Amino acid sequence: MNKDKKNAQEGGAGVVKTSSFTFDALKLESGDKLGPVSLAYETYGCLNKDKTNAILITHALSGDAHAAGIHENKDNPGWWDKFIGPGRAFDTDKYFVICSNVLGGCKGSTGPSSLNPKTGFPYALDFPLFTINDIVNAQKRLIDYLGIEKLLAVVGGSMGGMQALSWLVNYPKSLRSVIPIATTVKHSPQQIAFNEVGRQAIMADAHWKSGNYYGGPLPSKGLAVARMIGHVTYMSDKSMAEKFGRAKKAVEGPFKFTADFEVEGYLHYRGDSFVRRFDANSYLYITKAMDNFDASKGRPLPAALRGVAAKVLVISFKSDWLYPAYQSKEIVKACKLAGIETTYCEVDSSYGHDAFLLEVEEESHLLRHFLKKVFYAYEVTGEYGE
Amino acid sequence: MNTESKDVRFDHKVILDLISEGSSVLDLGCGSGDLLYLLIKEKKVHGQGIEIDEQEIYKCVAKGLNVFHGDIDSGLAEFGDKSFDYVVLNQSMQQILRVDRVLKDALRVGKKIIVGFPNFAYYKSRLQMLFHGRAPVTGSLPYQWYETPNLHFLSIYDFISYCQVKQVRIERGVYIGENQKISFLPNLFARIGIFLVSRD
Repeated sequence: MNKDKKNAQEGGAGVVKTSSFTFDALKLESGDKLGPVSLAYETYGCLNKDKTNAILITHALSGDAHAAGIHENKDNPGWWDKFIGPGRAFDTDKYFVICSNVLGGCKGSTGPSSLNPKTGFPYALDFPLFTINDIVNAQKRLIDYLGIEKLLAVVGGSMGGMQALSWLVNYPKSLRSVIPIATTVKHSPQQIAFNEVGRQAIMADAHWKSGNYYGGPLPSKGLAVARMIGHVTYMSDKSMAEKFGRAKKAVEGPFKFTADFEVEGYLHYRGDSFVRRFDANSYLYITKAMDNFDASKGRPLPAALRGVAAKVLVISFKSDWLYPAYQSKEIVKACKLAGIETTYCEVDSSYGHDAFLLEVEEESHLLRHFLKKVFYAYEVTGEYGE
Repeated sequence: MNTESKDVRFDHKVILDLISEGSSVLDLGCGSGDLLYLLIKEKKVHGQGIEIDEQEIYKCVAKGLNVFHGDIDSGLAEFGDKSFDYVVLNQSMQQILRVDRVLKDALRVGKKIIVGFPNFAYYKSRLQMLFHGRAPVTGSLPYQWYETPNLHFLSIYDFISYCQVKQVRIERGVYIGENQKISFLPNLFARIGIFLVSRD
């Protein structure tokens, strides 16, 4: 048994199952109607009697509902497993943790690869364009279905942080806190540019066929290239240097442009493993939703947040150049101006954007104590402090 | 956490007395958050800290405090006028690059501000200068010249004169010797000066 698996199974959330929730229709921001809609979700821990201990975790671009534990007879722990489980930052002895696959995803939720009930074939590009707010509106339906009136927290990194901000702006009364991590109020031109290169790589693949590739060969090359670009932006100059240096792989091929360097091999591996688990059309739709996201819909964010009673914890990472700290500070600034109780920390990390998945110790400390404060509605009492 | 009087820093006790119950407080350079924690616990204030040191942020968060990670020099501009009852600069003013600008901004953001700083004209400092010819190292100025975070060295008179020049009203001045308040020749015998000031 590998170490991560053991960690997830024994110290963590253990063996978990993905569930599914289906509702008849969702009205999208565009005006389009989509239905029926299914959301794949997982939960860890128990909802308490008063239903006050529920935390919604929102995933990033390539994430899914499987945030913690392991699936039966599988090896891969959830994508945020080190943070979720008994005694971990999201302590499942205390909290009820929910994570759902986003609308438009390809890991159990309704997306472009799902069957269109009108045709009996996969939607492909007949799937309507959707927004981060649509993703959140679908999540709200799930939360209602689970009988939770007020979430203790909505937490997410990267695109998950966008969803957390969308929750804060659109459902401020349905939550007690939000924790946007390594994220932004809206994408900068640089962030849009990287996403566009990824999309172009997919659409340039001859197998893409305007999205109608289901049942035939997949646009694997294009999707792999998109993922490779993604991975470059998720790491930092320093973390790449530390992980690969200029080390070369032992293999020598007859072709002049084989992947000689370790870093090339790594990107190839990442690209290849991604195409086995992700749908290219989902990639197009979701990155578009990210690019179109603007938490305050063009209004000044402080105005959109005025009167919000929730508490906010914002976390950024020093070496994250994809979602730089200044973007997190924009969120903090808006919270300041709106008079929201806010805590902000820029964690000194060399991992780049990936840090939100990897900086377990510092991030856990911040999450654990912040959640504790919100959960016990502390205005700091004598009992607090450890 | 224990807040029995013996464990509370004397300057914190002085500041506690200057702040009214239930007010809002912005602590600039809040360190590990001991003062804010005390104010919240004893005076039920709404507290917000700003601190530049990441490790101190973790300590603040462990105390359940709201704190921003950032430097004071750029952290104040975003607050609205009179958005806090008090802005506190305790033992942090001397480490700020652009003191004048920050004080001006603090007076805009806070209805009142509380400033606490080590008195450079404390008699022990003077004696060290006079007899040893060395930059003073004392309890309130504990650093060697090459490792001090302090950028500015001022006396109690310096601050009073600053307030006169800038038309800042001094509402209270509290002078601390060795863990007691003093009133006799404060510029000579006070280790620390704490001022409550405002601008009309």
